[in-house]
Amino acid sequence: MGTSRRGFVGGASALALLSGSTAAFAQKKYSDGATDTEIKVGHTGPYSGPASSYGAIGKCIEAYWKSVNAAGGINGRKVNFITLDDGYNPAKIVELVRQLVEQDKVLCTFNTLGTPTNTAIHKYMNQKKVPMLYVATGASKWGKPKEFPWTMGYQPDYHTEGAIYAKHILANVKDPKIAVLMQNDDYGKDYFGGFKEGLGKDADKIVKNVTFEVTDPTVDSQIIQLKDSGANVFFNISTPKAAAQAIRKAADLNWKPAQYLNNVSASVGSVMKPAGLDNSQGIITAQYLKDPTDKQWENTDDFKAWVAWMDKWMPGANKADANYIYGFSVATLMHETLKKCGNELTRENVMKQAANFQKFKLPLLLPGITINTSPTDYYPIQSVQLARFKGESWDLFGDVMSAEGS
Amino acid sequence: MEQFLQQIASGLANGAIYACVALALVMIYVSTDHINFAQGEMAMFSTYISWQLMTWGVSFWFAFVLAVVFSFVLGVVIERAILRPLHNAPVLSIVVVFIGLLAICNSVAGAIWSYLIKEFPSPFPKSSFGIAGVIGPHQLGVVIVTLVVLGLLFAFFRYTPLGLAMRAAAQNPQMARLVGVRVDWMLALGWGLAAAVGAVAGIMVAHIVYLDPNMMGGILLYAFASALVGGIGNPGGAVVGGFIVGVLENMVAYAGNQIEKATGIYIIGNGEKLTVALIIVITVLTVKPAGLFGRVVVKRV
Repeated sequence: MGTSRRGFVGGASALALLSGSTAAFAQKKYSDGATDTEIKVGHTGPYSGPASSYGAIGKCIEAYWKSVNAAGGINGRKVNFITLDDGYNPAKIVELVRQLVEQDKVLCTFNTLGTPTNTAIHKYMNQKKVPMLYVATGASKWGKPKEFPWTMGYQPDYHTEGAIYAKHILANVKDPKIAVLMQNDDYGKDYFGGFKEGLGKDADKIVKNVTFEVTDPTVDSQIIQLKDSGANVFFNISTPKAAAQAIRKAADLNWKPAQYLNNVSASVGSVMKPAGLDNSQGIITAQYLKDPTDKQWENTDDFKAWVAWMDKWMPGANKADANYIYGFSVATLMHETLKKCGNELTRENVMKQAANFQKFKLPLLLPGITINTSPTDYYPIQSVQLARFKGESWDLFGDVMSAEGS
Repeated sequence: MEQFLQQIASGLANGAIYACVALALVMIYVSTDHINFAQGEMAMFSTYISWQLMTWGVSFWFAFVLAVVFSFVLGVVIERAILRPLHNAPVLSIVVVFIGLLAICNSVAGAIWSYLIKEFPSPFPKSSFGIAGVIGPHQLGVVIVTLVVLGLLFAFFRYTPLGLAMRAAAQNPQMARLVGVRVDWMLALGWGLAAAVGAVAGIMVAHIVYLDPNMMGGILLYAFASALVGGIGNPGGAVVGGFIVGVLENMVAYAGNQIEKATGIYIIGNGEKLTVALIIVITVLTVKPAGLFGRVVVKRV
């Protein structure tokens, strides 16, 4: 008896779902966190602690939802954005996310930040079947729809990016001897793994690989070791501060290898300038977002719109901070996802819509880079373009490179 | 051989940073008998003050002096306003206050100046001195400034009545009061001096590690190690301790490299630098608790 009834309900809702796409009178359907007037979205970020520079992303997203609500919300519903401070602490985020899911009953979480922190809630969110969308980390483990159907990343993953540099080195540097500086954690290892895979049988071209800890005050000692190895290529896998120190120290030591810098630190304002513009000439990186300090974007429409938005909604914020570009673009993607859900704000539908973007143009991405997802592809951005530092900005070159489908 | 020299020089330069901050830690300890966990963050805050002055067009050395004076006043104010009421509180309460100060300084600096790393100028001429390729002019400058600060502190405590009064107030407050020393003000003065030394350290360090609210996080750990190795009550010891820790950590990496080159086996290296610093602390604390240059204090019970 019970079985047949459930079958009937299921059939009826499937019918509603089918008609939903075409008919306007579709039945409204809600999971926890969504009502006729409101959509609850949860978020945590490091507003304090060692990674607090990334707190800017959370503030930017919060301002974004304010601006969306002021313009009438999404399909008539206001976004109730609950953002909490996890201090980049894996133990703390577990507690906070439980609060978000079980007490506040959010529809989904969005752009929770950090590799160690997201790792801590990865299983929990998938057990609870709550969408964990567009997490703010480039680790390669966020795009596994088979094992973790409720988690999706956003930016190009470190693994792919590492492989792209490797390919470029093999094609462009004669007789490469590669030195690698690597932050000693998951993020560093992810890049290094991709880099080695990209080198393939030429992995023995890496003549020296040294690590550093985030707590190390300087990386001077490491750079001395790398120079001593006689390498002519330098792959710099480090976060902004160490990256700037490394570039400067290499110049101080008169070591002039071909330099490759990971995208994590490809900021003109917080890496290239502090390292010294003279020392930074010719460094190669991979990009997918427009750099806010790069003058070539000043007259593009999406950039102008962003500047106007910043002036109105985040007055006083430092527009040289690339975190605001990141926050704005990822929030726009979330906005679009929720909009596509229409009146069917269930957790299943949120994931379904997130996994259904074809060549979607997101503001502030580099020209030619689009959002592509599918039920088997949980990596929204998988294209990057190489850029060479020249003068005071990044000079894009070559084609947009893609790892789509790999 | 070239690498060996470079590693030693870079170790000395890093050591000077640790020594600077360790000096500030020792100052507080000598004059108040406490270890201030917020020392690094206070120094960072002072550095931001000098940076702000410089962006307003003040010259480096003038901004330096103003920031040091400001820090001195801030140190005195913190002691009078926050620690004075806790005069008879147990050590644990004071430790909690220090940790609170640390968090407050960090967040306030972040709120005012944002968390983006900033370039900090070096006051030393770019090429006229320093041994190219081995040690840069700024690094050499930091070593010299550290030694000058040490000299000044030594002279102050050794040869001035005020310095003597401060030492007396820290080591035996009751006796000091009986002989007419104003103990309360001596403590405040100690805080002021420590904050001023911290400001010097911050301003010297910022060019090397860049200015951001978390710049002192890693350094403070090494500074503790340095202060403990040298003897927490001994300014000269703290400076020597700083150089020892700085050179030793680079030697760990260097030796590890040589071993790996010779035998192909990774035994020790860059990943173990911090571990080595902590092993030094533990060893010193167990074998010679007063530090290499510290005096053993005997207390009668």
